[in-house]
Amino acid sequence: MKTTFFLPLFAALLAGLPAMGGTALAQDLGEPLGDGGAVEDIAIEGAENDDDGPLRGTVTDESDWEDLGIAIPAFATDRDRPTPANASGTEALGQEIARVITANLRNNGLFKPTGPDSLPSPSFPQITAPAYSNWGGRGAEMLVHGYVSARGDDRLVVGCYLYDVALQDELIREGWVVRPADWRRAAHKCSDLIYARLTGEDPFFDSRIAYIAETGPKDNRVKRLAVMDSDGANHRFLTLGSATALTPRYSPDYSKILYLSYVDGNPRIYVYDIGSGQQTLVTENTSPTIAPRWSPDGRHILYSMAVAGNTDIYRVPVGGGRSTRLTDTPGIDIGGSYSPDGNRIVFESDRSGTQQCYIMDADGTNQRRITFFGGRCATPEWSPRGDQIAFTRIAGDFNIAVMTPSGSNLRVLTNGWQDEAPTWAPNGRIIQFFRTTRNAGRSSLWQVDLTGRNERRLPTPVDASDPAWGPIRP
Amino acid sequence: MTFSLPKAATIAVLTSTIALGACSKKAPEELPPPPVTTPTPTATPTPTAPTGPIVGTQGHFQDAVGRSSVIYFDTDRFNIDSSDAAALQAQAQYFARFPQLTFTIEGHADERGTREYNLALGERRANSAKNYLVSLGVAPNRIRTVSYGKERPVALASNPGAWAQNRRAASIIVN
Repeated sequence: MKTTFFLPLFAALLAGLPAMGGTALAQDLGEPLGDGGAVEDIAIEGAENDDDGPLRGTVTDESDWEDLGIAIPAFATDRDRPTPANASGTEALGQEIARVITANLRNNGLFKPTGPDSLPSPSFPQITAPAYSNWGGRGAEMLVHGYVSARGDDRLVVGCYLYDVALQDELIREGWVVRPADWRRAAHKCSDLIYARLTGEDPFFDSRIAYIAETGPKDNRVKRLAVMDSDGANHRFLTLGSATALTPRYSPDYSKILYLSYVDGNPRIYVYDIGSGQQTLVTENTSPTIAPRWSPDGRHILYSMAVAGNTDIYRVPVGGGRSTRLTDTPGIDIGGSYSPDGNRIVFESDRSGTQQCYIMDADGTNQRRITFFGGRCATPEWSPRGDQIAFTRIAGDFNIAVMTPSGSNLRVLTNGWQDEAPTWAPNGRIIQFFRTTRNAGRSSLWQVDLTGRNERRLPTPVDASDPAWGPIRP
Repeated sequence: MTFSLPKAATIAVLTSTIALGACSKKAPEELPPPPVTTPTPTATPTPTAPTGPIVGTQGHFQDAVGRSSVIYFDTDRFNIDSSDAAALQAQAQYFARFPQLTFTIEGHADERGTREYNLALGERRANSAKNYLVSLGVAPNRIRTVSYGKERPVALASNPGAWAQNRRAASIIVN
């Protein structure tokens, strides 16, 4: 009987896309992304008189780092050489790298960056011996220098230096070897180096975002799985759009994406392998599975399954095997987000009559409600730092809010008509979510920092929902 | 109302149930758009055949039960109230007349819920409708359920009237 139900769907798929063929089409999958290249750390030279390595002391003015003026001139090159990373060679690439770093800092409201397009370009020798007097006159308190060099094997060596202009000393430096295709990762790692050194926070730029790309009218939306870098670059669609895709989650090692697809006509969670572009069902079961989540160590998957209409949360090993049911109430128990140590899970349940947030131990014991603020609590996500839980606060409109794991100190961070589904930056300082407009139903990705002050829309090629921010890339 | 009626009375009962559904207080303020009649790619009907949709199509089902092909729910609810029950009784009689038919119940939610919760809520609604039809004698293996959450609205505005139309369980003939 089941086969009878599915035949028309596959027939429609094949009729709609006659040029594509094979199993990839039957699964609504596009070309595989392939494995990402590794970034190799490399020791780079500092100033010749700097025998003690980088200075780790105090920055001259730490009172208000948000106002620090940072000059980011073009990265120099030892010799302008052709590279697959830039049609004009390594000198032009050095300019691009500085632009990416400047945009990273500016778009996230960090510091007061000035980019390479309004600054003189340092020479290669000046990268380790900055002309401090020139930069102090430009109002720059911090100076970023760097270089890019094409090796014989086509790989790029990128060095990144942060100098305190008043102290006239190096604060930190790092170098990386990347494939030409990964040159933007060097720019992100340099951004992270600057950000971490000047704020004391953990990095977040060298990360990726999985989300759902949306096109078409409100009553016939096409929803495709898509991925992009944290700054929106390297955008790729992973599914073709013949089947609705929803709620992706990157695995902690970026090798897989969990997401929901209607490709067989029913909502089911698939484990998509990024390297091979193949996917498998999270569990062989005829019941619909929704709301996939990873454990922090990437060894287990949480999913919610509706059996005869009643939804509960289950856990299954990534490699397959027996599922363990973690909740057992007549209400909807759904979602789930692990604490960073993997010991506890915050989840959503309407067992009390409305959607509220609950915490349980990782084995399903000790379930207790943590939200009593009068509204409803949905899609809780535990911060990677462990000290906060972000959630969709439903009280009339939908807003993004945070609270402690005990449910106290609730703070509302956004005020859209419908802001939904928070996801944390790798360092737990920024939250992304999606915002839907009233009536038109247009959706877009937004982010807000924990102060609630720095809110901005993320550029995406088409409408977007369900952002899932991955960790720092391996 | 009893349903132990002779076969000849079926049409009369059907008509009265539709009327019951039509005067329900819970009907949405705006009606959903009229059903699109699925063209049948199969053989052209013989000249003597009556015009109109043939058995096994959604059009035939909807011609027979009218607005009773869809039931509506209150916000966050999935219970079958009296007007839902009347509509499902009309459906049950139709499926009793055509025991060869199988069908899908699609559960839906309005946009004023989070995406994942609405998928689970749509499951509950579809299963409520299924369980009620089974209680009326429709074999469970004829009924497939699927939830679309808030992903497939029929009413596109963002207001209570539109949301009432979207909180629904729709029966769709499998052909």
